[in-house]
Amino acid sequence: MNEGQNFTLDGRPLPFQDGQTVMEAARAAGVYIPHLCFNPEFAPHGSCRVCLVKVNGRVQAACTTPAAAGLAVQSETGELREIRRGILQMLFVEGNHVCPACEKSGACQLQAVAYYVGMLTPHYTQFYPRRPVDASHPEAVIDFNRCILCELCVRASRDVDGKNIFAVQGRGIEAHLVVNTPSGKLGATEFRITDKAAQVCPTGSILTKHQGYNTPIGQRLYDRKPISVVGDVAQLPESRGGRRHE
Amino acid sequence: MVVEPSALDQTVSDIVQRHGFLPTRLLQILREVQDRLTWLSPEAMDAVAVEIGLSPDKVRRVAEFYSFLYTAPRGSYDILFSDNITDRMLGNRQLLRYLCDKLGVGIGQTRADGRVSVGTTSCTGMCDQGPAALVNGYALTRLDKPRLEQIAERVESQTPLAQWPREFFEVTSNIRRADLLLGRHFADGAALRAVLKQGPEAMLEEMVKSGLRGQGGAGFKSAAKWLSCRNAPGVVKYVVCNADEGEPGTFKDRVLMQDFADLVFEGMTLCGRVIGARHGFVYLRGEYRYLLEALQATLNRRREVGLLGENILGEPGFDFDIEIHLGAGAYVCGEESALIESLEGKHGVPRIRPPFPTTHGYLNQPTVVNNVETFATTAKIAVEGGAWFASRGTAESKGTKLLSLSGDCERPGIYEYPFGVTVRRVLEDCGARDAQGIQMAGPAGHMISARQFDRRICFEDLATGGSFMVFDQSRDILDGIRNFTHFFVHESCGFCTPCRVGASLMRDLVTKVHTGHGTRYDLEEMRKLGRIMQVACHCGLGQTAPNPVLDSLEQFPESWVRRLRSTAFEPAFNLNAALEEARRLTGRHDPGAYLNEDELLLGVMP
Repeated sequence: MNEGQNFTLDGRPLPFQDGQTVMEAARAAGVYIPHLCFNPEFAPHGSCRVCLVKVNGRVQAACTTPAAAGLAVQSETGELREIRRGILQMLFVEGNHVCPACEKSGACQLQAVAYYVGMLTPHYTQFYPRRPVDASHPEAVIDFNRCILCELCVRASRDVDGKNIFAVQGRGIEAHLVVNTPSGKLGATEFRITDKAAQVCPTGSILTKHQGYNTPIGQRLYDRKPISVVGDVAQLPESRGGRRHE
Repeated sequence: MVVEPSALDQTVSDIVQRHGFLPTRLLQILREVQDRLTWLSPEAMDAVAVEIGLSPDKVRRVAEFYSFLYTAPRGSYDILFSDNITDRMLGNRQLLRYLCDKLGVGIGQTRADGRVSVGTTSCTGMCDQGPAALVNGYALTRLDKPRLEQIAERVESQTPLAQWPREFFEVTSNIRRADLLLGRHFADGAALRAVLKQGPEAMLEEMVKSGLRGQGGAGFKSAAKWLSCRNAPGVVKYVVCNADEGEPGTFKDRVLMQDFADLVFEGMTLCGRVIGARHGFVYLRGEYRYLLEALQATLNRRREVGLLGENILGEPGFDFDIEIHLGAGAYVCGEESALIESLEGKHGVPRIRPPFPTTHGYLNQPTVVNNVETFATTAKIAVEGGAWFASRGTAESKGTKLLSLSGDCERPGIYEYPFGVTVRRVLEDCGARDAQGIQMAGPAGHMISARQFDRRICFEDLATGGSFMVFDQSRDILDGIRNFTHFFVHESCGFCTPCRVGASLMRDLVTKVHTGHGTRYDLEEMRKLGRIMQVACHCGLGQTAPNPVLDSLEQFPESWVRRLRSTAFEPAFNLNAALEEARRLTGRHDPGAYLNEDELLLGVMP
């Protein structure tokens, strides 16, 4: 490991260790770069494109760009904020995200990142896909309407839980999350609410049953401080269903 | 087709066994299973999963990813019309409806009796001899109503494809202009004798001298790629020939594989010698399935005469062999890392780069991926020398380039030019008298208008993989643009947000304007969306997908503007004329004192 190597992030020198990505180095230094498919416990995925930064003038994903000495990285610029906002808006119109009617509201990473990048409307034309809800499991409900294809549950179930319960199937705009059983129902799997896969969803797609609205709206995870201060849903203790109190 | 469970298991078992139970062969296995059963039923996919020892979702992931693999029943005769803009120019939509009426089947549907299904597919690479289609994966060319009538009769009478007239499947090469690559005779084995005589280092020197750059269009220096792979640590290295020629409008690799396969294989073998690889793959796009048997025969002949296999040309330790993998309808697999994923039997999502294939390619081993034309050219350079190739072309683009000409011209086909040739010269040679615009390098490339016909085809100016589609004055440019946006929606792999969602948003915006429902605001929306896609997407597919829209907004603003509703902006008077008094008072007659009407209407700041 080389000591004392730096790159700059928005003009400020940032130390890094060999093998770290720009995202990892920023996290280690306490600098927030918005993200959704990235989770420090998993290998970078690079699919959501929310963590785009400008590296030596070229737009790249912070989560997949290796840190290197002398890089000039920009993150909080008007241009990048606009691109990130556009990407968030795409995620919102692709699915059916109705925040006021969602139990995750206030403790939802997707919603919190959307606020962080200044998104106030979905802007683009809504796709309104038809996606049935799966409530077949006794402990959890899956609302596919809210899935953003980050594949965190896929990765967690396969790599941590060793159950391989989730998968993405289909190509292009037809890509969708599925449950790996012949019936496609979560109730037919070995899924448990204690699984890692139950705790990594950055949206309200995988929700715990029988405990709605334990924390009132207004007192939830991201209600009083922005995600840049609070951090990711999955990294916080007792964050499921917005149970964390300030 | 209903297959008894035991018979199904036996069919699958035989095929999987023939492929050595290898997961890397999954795509090839699924192709063959489907060839036997017409579609991949859940039972068939499960049987494949069990036989190979993969989880069922992995098999399904592959089956659902590729356009030519079906997870729902299809007809015994599966007919797919090529739907590139060049096919449309030749009237493919009328023919498609004609055949559907004749057969009593809806577009994209399978007939109730399971006899036939008819649909569309992305460009099949027959743009110089369209309208084209595929029947059970085999290329059909020069379709017209009489031929479709004959095809419909044979479908109804259940005549096996082998008994259909040969001319239905005839694919001609149409080489109109030959230069360094296509011109001079090449003696099989000459390049390999040269590398044995000179040694790999000297051969790399010749490659450097030649200045050869990737002929797929990206233009990376070939010598640097080979050297990087040669120097990469790793005992097992691979040579991969990218014959996944999916860019709509290009078909020069098809001609090379059909008429110059020896040259391509020789270039691959040469590469193997230089980088120290013993294994080569040709990734042949599924649309070129018809070439497979002939290519296998060529490989066998080369093995028999000692140009492939062990101890090539009697040289101890010079071992190299080539395997052909077929694609199954996925444009994204033309991207080299997606192609490698597909070669490994997986769905073709581009990898995160770095690392690059030269150090971490096939099975994470050092791999050279080059285009068909690049390999063919290296074989010639090995014999004729680097200086010979570098004698043509421009400072940064040495040698020659194959162009695939199609669209509104009298002589479509293959033209080989020295780099630096002007667009105008190409148009003259192919008999395009009335061109209004060119889609250069395919939908992922650039659209240029007549104002730019003096530009040069080379990396310094207009880089291209070879696609060159001509639109004459009778065409509506927006027909082409709309066709291209549909293409990208269909071909997006769905991995990253801006491509997966953005491509659909772009298609909808273009459709809105094309059908007369758009306003100036929508044009600005296209620009903003296009700019996000260009920088934000994970791979080149998404980054280039908005190009046709953005280029045509620049080059053909009138094509867009005349479709707009006037609700957002209605010019009530001539603003330029109204400013004349102000110009006279201030004495200004410089360009800045005049408004460009197109820019005014489109809201572009000068």
